[in-house]
Amino acid sequence: MSEVSSDETMIVAASRALRDSAVCFVGIGQPSTAANLARRTHAPNLVLIYESGTLGAKPDRLPLSIGDGILADTADSVIGVPEVFNYWLQAGRVDIGFLGGAQLDRYANINTTIIGGDYAHPTVRLPGAGGAPEIAASCREVVIVMRQSTRSFVERVDFVTSVGFGDGPGSRERLGLRGRGPVTVITDLGVLTPDPQTCELVLTATHPGVDVSDVHAATGWDLRCAADVSTTEPPSPTELRVLRELVATLHEEPAR
Amino acid sequence: MSARHLPLTDAVAELVHDGDTIALEGFTHLIPMAAGHEIIRQRRRDLTLVRMTPDLVYDQLIGAGCASRLIFSWGGNPGVGSLHRFRDAIQRDWPGPLQIEEHSHAGMANRYVAAASGLPFAVLRGYAGTDLIGETETIKPITCPFTGEVLAAVPALDLDTTIIHAQQADRAGNVQLWGIVGIQKEAVLAARHSLVTVEEVVDELTPRPGAIVLPSWSITAIATAPGGAHPSYAQGYSDRDNGYYRAWDAISRDRDAFTAWLDTEVYGAVSR
Repeated sequence: MSEVSSDETMIVAASRALRDSAVCFVGIGQPSTAANLARRTHAPNLVLIYESGTLGAKPDRLPLSIGDGILADTADSVIGVPEVFNYWLQAGRVDIGFLGGAQLDRYANINTTIIGGDYAHPTVRLPGAGGAPEIAASCREVVIVMRQSTRSFVERVDFVTSVGFGDGPGSRERLGLRGRGPVTVITDLGVLTPDPQTCELVLTATHPGVDVSDVHAATGWDLRCAADVSTTEPPSPTELRVLRELVATLHEEPAR
Repeated sequence: MSARHLPLTDAVAELVHDGDTIALEGFTHLIPMAAGHEIIRQRRRDLTLVRMTPDLVYDQLIGAGCASRLIFSWGGNPGVGSLHRFRDAIQRDWPGPLQIEEHSHAGMANRYVAAASGLPFAVLRGYAGTDLIGETETIKPITCPFTGEVLAAVPALDLDTTIIHAQQADRAGNVQLWGIVGIQKEAVLAARHSLVTVEEVVDELTPRPGAIVLPSWSITAIATAPGGAHPSYAQGYSDRDNGYYRAWDAISRDRDAFTAWLDTEVYGAVSR
């Protein structure tokens, strides 16, 4: 097996954060890759919900978009968009929200809207909110997967698109958010977990070959470390094989 | 009154006017691309474009100068990256300034539901703690009169015309769509007028699992446009052309490449 990339380690670590039989609201991109990997390895009964209205999708290849036909073809039920957000997400029927983002801050607030400049004329206009604000608010817990750098892990996000812990302890309760919020942030360097008292993200694990100083150098705030920073279990040969098979399906045209 | 079968050119000429507020819906699936191209060919201007995911169809309309305003919730090229015409309009006012009104998917979905229901607004548990509240005037707090809980209110979407693409219509003008059904029913019922482009007209609609049937009297016009959702897709007729979505990144990134694309693929193409 060829050398493991940092993205592969990240996606494998993220897949392990999904327990079997959980109901998981999946964003496109790395969250979707990790969720489909989990379903093919340790979590065969993981329920995947995509915001296009596919409940219990079981795709045999990775979808490029949240609305690829393979999701509808394999779903337990295909429903309209208002129903996804109102009956299933808002009413509290989803265990895990699985999100990515462009910027993240020490309280795990996510920005997918603008970088720099002002709102009307930003330096970089990003896609925006999509389903994320309500996924972050209403899922029982949230798992975040994101590449880590000083550009993406910042002291304050330029725009709060989706709330993690807001300004810190008590924010979620004051805002009336029903879910617990982010429980883990998995990056290409390691794993960050919110401190139960301060709500601030703390480094709890590094991936194999990554030094704590590497993570500090890739974080835009003064990152705290857990008393005992562990090392992530490297991807197993099976996890790697299944992941690579999955990623290869992205570039195949579907069979008619 | 039942839906009229019209050529796409006539339907767009009749139902889309300069300054209108229109929605072209279809959540990744069944996006009415051919109708979008016809709007560009007819050089409509000053449109307010409404759509949850602007996708390529609005990237094209924005780049062609048809829009002055956009109401949306996620403006990316799914699985690929940015919508470059959308970004260029917001970041650099090209080809002209584009005002935006930005929501979340949950907010947009509920705005369509409110309009389809004949209500002035919708209530949801949403937006709390986000910076969208400060930038979008159409998000307001509302207190539940029964529990005292503070929730978000969003106004109904007031639409002149909604355009969707569906698999089939019958000769009487009833429409059936299936697969990912998205927000199309709500979007049609939210608008004063509606146009449905279809893959084909059949003698009789065969019931399909999970399908939506829109009765003829709820639709203004139907135009036959086989392949009219490409590079999006029509379940049972075509697959999503993911390669085209990837190729769009390079076409749309550069103003000259985009303009050349418009000249050959839209202005140079024959109306249906």
